[in-house]
Amino acid sequence: MKIGRRGFLSFVIGGAAGTALSPLPWKLTDDSSIWTQMWPWTPVPKDGETSYVNSVCTLCSGGCGITVRKIDERAVKIEGMKGHPINNGGACLLGLSGLQLLYGPTRIKSPLKRTGKRGQGGWEKISWKAAVSEVVEKLGNLRSKSQSHTVGFVSGSDRGTIPRLFERFLTAYGSPNLMRMPSVRDSYELTLHMMQGVQALPGFDFENADFILSLGSGIIDGWGSPVRMFRANSAWQNANVKVIQIEPRLSNTAAKSSKWIPINPGTETALVMGLAHVIIKEYLYDTGFILNYTNGFEDWKRLVMDNYSPDSVAAITGIDSGTIVVLARSFANASRPLAICGRGDGSSPVSLKGCTAVHALNALVGNVNKKGGVWAVSDTDYISWPEIEMDSKAAAGMQHERLDGAGSKKYLFSRYLMNRLPETVNSGAQYPLQALFVSGANPLYTLHDTKSTEKAFDKIPFVVSFSSYMDETAQNADLILPNHVFLERYEDVPAPVGLIQPVIGLAKPVVEPQFNTRHVGDVIIRMAKGLGGSVADAFPWDSYYSCLKETLNDNWETLVDKGFRSDTELMNPTLESSFDTVSGKFEFINPDTGSMPQFKPVSIEGDEKLYPLVLIPYDSIRLANSYIGDPPFAIKTVEDTVLKGKYVFVEINPKTARSAGLHEGQRVLLITPKGKAEVKIHLFEGIMPGIIALPRGLGHTAFDDYLAGKGINFNTLIGTVEDPDSGMDTAWGIRAKLSKV
Amino acid sequence: MSTLDDHSKEIPEDTAGGATAAQSPEEKIKKQDNGPGGPIILFFILGLFASLIVGWIIFPKLLYSQKKQPIDFNHAFHVAEVENGCESCHFFRKDGTFSGAPKLEQCIDCHEEIQGVDPDEIKFVEEYVSKGREVPWLIYSKQPDCVFFSHAAHIKGADMECVACHGHIGESESLKVYEENRITGYSRDIWGKSIGGFKKNTWDRMKMDDCADCHQKNYAIIEKTGVKTPTKRFVDHMIEVVSPGSSISGKGTSVQTERDACFVCHK
Repeated sequence: MKIGRRGFLSFVIGGAAGTALSPLPWKLTDDSSIWTQMWPWTPVPKDGETSYVNSVCTLCSGGCGITVRKIDERAVKIEGMKGHPINNGGACLLGLSGLQLLYGPTRIKSPLKRTGKRGQGGWEKISWKAAVSEVVEKLGNLRSKSQSHTVGFVSGSDRGTIPRLFERFLTAYGSPNLMRMPSVRDSYELTLHMMQGVQALPGFDFENADFILSLGSGIIDGWGSPVRMFRANSAWQNANVKVIQIEPRLSNTAAKSSKWIPINPGTETALVMGLAHVIIKEYLYDTGFILNYTNGFEDWKRLVMDNYSPDSVAAITGIDSGTIVVLARSFANASRPLAICGRGDGSSPVSLKGCTAVHALNALVGNVNKKGGVWAVSDTDYISWPEIEMDSKAAAGMQHERLDGAGSKKYLFSRYLMNRLPETVNSGAQYPLQALFVSGANPLYTLHDTKSTEKAFDKIPFVVSFSSYMDETAQNADLILPNHVFLERYEDVPAPVGLIQPVIGLAKPVVEPQFNTRHVGDVIIRMAKGLGGSVADAFPWDSYYSCLKETLNDNWETLVDKGFRSDTELMNPTLESSFDTVSGKFEFINPDTGSMPQFKPVSIEGDEKLYPLVLIPYDSIRLANSYIGDPPFAIKTVEDTVLKGKYVFVEINPKTARSAGLHEGQRVLLITPKGKAEVKIHLFEGIMPGIIALPRGLGHTAFDDYLAGKGINFNTLIGTVEDPDSGMDTAWGIRAKLSKV
Repeated sequence: MSTLDDHSKEIPEDTAGGATAAQSPEEKIKKQDNGPGGPIILFFILGLFASLIVGWIIFPKLLYSQKKQPIDFNHAFHVAEVENGCESCHFFRKDGTFSGAPKLEQCIDCHEEIQGVDPDEIKFVEEYVSKGREVPWLIYSKQPDCVFFSHAAHIKGADMECVACHGHIGESESLKVYEENRITGYSRDIWGKSIGGFKKNTWDRMKMDDCADCHQKNYAIIEKTGVKTPTKRFVDHMIEVVSPGSSISGKGTSVQTERDACFVCHK
């Protein structure tokens, strides 16, 4: 039987009818729809047991309590810890994105040793044993040659057991060179030392202040402990607390303040002096406090009255003299006014004269160590370890001057001057630095004048990074000994700078270490044991865990359980006990140096004729600007007017742009005396004419594809400007020009 | 006109009879075969039956692969040993979520060491317990995570028996073969053993219609007066899908999504 066309067709039709009457098409439709849900890129949350771990976020120095939600063994969400004295349930963008730093691709998975030239990215995996013995051998050699002082440590912080272990290691080993990364805390500490004679941390009772004068501080842009500041800011809005923001650019903080007063950049101290002038002239100051608790007021008063009349201040700052008078009156008439300084996120110090001027303004209204005022908070000292018994080598090493010049004759009272290290190393004026250890810091990205820092690093023969991520400094190291990330390790976290309440937090492992990393505390202990002798004796602990547990002692149980310990009784220093100066009073003029709060312009680099514009940085809570780079979630939130593709936008006033013939979105070359970069133009009414601004936190060359190569690192365009009084880098900007491409 | 001309040319050729006369015997047969009637229906029936056989018998055989569980498990024996029935091992966690298949943690109390001579138990202890590895059980009732499903709401809230959906697995002495759908990766138990979707018991299938069966019944009991015609229900649902939250309260009935229609259950 031959099958013809009709026969075939009827077979097909019969087949179609049969198929329709069979479950095949319906089942296949159903299955294919379920199949689409099985595509590997479709995120399907794993089912499992939910648990919560209380810990502390250490991605910045904010010290927020976090509660991490886990499904079985996987951390799935970071939330702010409810009831925590700092953040009470709040969390910032970086903290929320923290899981990407745990599970993301930028982790360093095992100890790495450089192969090939430095910075070229050639690495070989080595064992922990080999890594530690290499370090021990290097350090042992240097020590046997009496060069222990040529070893340096750079740390993001100097508080808590980890930095204290670094310090202890260096002391027992014989080097004075422990350096902390710069921040406005340096200025405040020095100010408190100069004016109150105390070695203390600045504390701000924001929660009880009723008038805030912010001299460029990015209250909601990352200044201080960020979540605490968000909460304080919200509370002020609800309580109608006046917040006056003084800065040349309409930042987010300025936009949310009661009043934004634009000011010529770098002249904030002049305004403070002008306010003091009005307050003194109109007898608005706290006479009781000035008479009973201060010294040197009359001399300072003369300086203020002679030089800072509203008119002369108006000429410097560009702020109308009437506004200055009104501002001074409202500041002085508020019951608990509070002035703060530290531009942007506070990662750069301000000049000593500037910071003391702000403190003097607070003192003028008697708002020192009082409710709603500025406090000198002595650090809760829960770390009491046995005395170090130094051998002769250590003692000899410790006799050397610090490489950064802190504590030297010139900068006697400064504690750390990390900013000066590159210059000292490059000039070779002092002894050479033979080995540098970096932990919780990324100086090759965060220090001003990146080129000079890179040059200095090139001169250091042995650089060891403890970074958990392949950041810029790790990229240029010889050896990487990766630390556990914050969700994998124990660490005590003292109260953040600015808080008046004594709080200790405990970061603890939320998940098991994901890779072959090791706690930096354990590595230090191993290093000490490896060196043997008195260095090993200074570390009587088997592990960092036992060291921490022993140190925290009675607090351990509470900390493990709750994640923090806070004394409900606030410290309440009496005014009598607040001043540890020779006079026992608040000193307007430092008796040792004769230094007085006043306006001395910090002149920035660049010739005005060659570089007609002034470039300033700005900070945003969406851009992490510390040793941690923005995780993918965070970088996604950066607006199109800040970063588009690989281009960062430079903000410019439309007037300035018009006169230069520039338009929105135009690609231009931004040139400063320190470097140049291709950027795009963003016209912004909120920036003063003649000034241009770039965000900080971009332009990474390290980290992952989400972050690297996007925008420009501001620090490559700016140089350092050393404060003659403190040695701190007080550069607030640099002269610049834009040229069309 | 050309058409007419063409016809006028064809007609004489046909009527001439020359062509017909020239046909061979085979061609005659072919012509008869192709004519209306029997043989064509035969092909139709052939096609029909062939596809029915493919659809009902061959297709299910091809669709599912047969997989064995990593080790066998005797439910009946364990149920007799424990006090709290199914919930002894398939328990609710403190937060009310359902734990599903037990983990080593639950087994380890009894099975830290080999207790008998059963080869599966020996394998379990040696391969999994002592090595700390979880048993990769193939879960018959695993479904895509598309709906907000709460075991607690059904077992604790509605007082249902496990059997209602999972059948009498608790009485089985060994684990049946796991038939994995090659397209979806899920077990055959979801669609049901019957490829046609027919069921006798509530536990024969676990598709959306099977949820709906029970939910519709109870819905009717709860809202006796509110029975809607199918058209009315369809229109209402469409409105809710297109414009969620357009009800008077502005919120749908779903606790999770605060929306209506599909989104009451679906994520």
